[in-house]
Amino acid sequence: MTTPRERLAAVGNQIPPLIALIVLWMLLWGDFSWLNLLTGFVVGMVVTVGFYLVPVQLSGRVHPLRTVVFFMRLVVDIVWASIDVAWLAVKPRLVTSNAILAIRLHTRSDLILTWTAVATSIVPGSIVVDIDRESSILYLHVLNMHSAGDIESFRRRVQNTERRIVRGFGSREEVERMRGVRPENRRAARRAKLMNGKGTS
Amino acid sequence: MNATMHDVLTAILVLAGATMCLAAGIGLIRFPDVLSRLHAATKPQIFGLMAVTADVAINNFSVRTVTLVVAIVVFQALTAPMAAHLVGRAAYDTAHLRPDLLIVDELQEHRADR
Repeated sequence: MTTPRERLAAVGNQIPPLIALIVLWMLLWGDFSWLNLLTGFVVGMVVTVGFYLVPVQLSGRVHPLRTVVFFMRLVVDIVWASIDVAWLAVKPRLVTSNAILAIRLHTRSDLILTWTAVATSIVPGSIVVDIDRESSILYLHVLNMHSAGDIESFRRRVQNTERRIVRGFGSREEVERMRGVRPENRRAARRAKLMNGKGTS
Repeated sequence: MNATMHDVLTAILVLAGATMCLAAGIGLIRFPDVLSRLHAATKPQIFGLMAVTADVAINNFSVRTVTLVVAIVVFQALTAPMAAHLVGRAAYDTAHLRPDLLIVDELQEHRADR
């Protein structure tokens, strides 16, 4: 049985997606009027109730400046990586050397895992092939990896992306884990690093 | 002066977008296997799309266009990785993969452990 409080929390968790749907509706119409708000609300309700999805646990914390930093950096990454891949496509002597890497993330949240997967996948040069949700491992196919050094710097890039996301809108607990405040976390982080190191040799 | 700047910006954005789409097409032909081709097919034109839509927004500046452009870019950014992931995973699982092109395959190591 669910208590009334839990039910209320479940409804509250649905509100941000509903607002996002209403904003999307208004974006598509390109018109911010009361009528649009109303019709958007109705359509949004039909979608959230009729096409019910498993609720995503939102973190309940947003740091606006750090979120902006994350998105700006994402756009810069996309631009540079696009130029990289475009050059790779047209450069005269093409030597293909790719890698499928297991990258262990620190997060334990589905939301952060998804965001990190989408953010690394949107940047040209890497595709998510598989995800291990229980241990937060992304399996990425990465273009143009020639040496262990390339692999290491790519790993660091993904983990930095994750850190920027967590700082932007991860929960407080996630931020703490990122900093490695508690000793057991620090140990886990070191172990993860050790395992990553073994994978490349 | 202002009009020239405007034209230059337009030219840069449209050319950047076109170049990215051209590179994607060339990459699609030149890259040797499914997974590398996916990179060429799905990614550079997100930047291309961003450039072209930004140009439309600049030349046609109104709330309506800007919001629509934002919606287009966001949706492209959300859906392209999913499509790439699904094709990539299908290719991997059905062994449409050239191991000789990989310097390391940690997913295979992981599955072998199971």
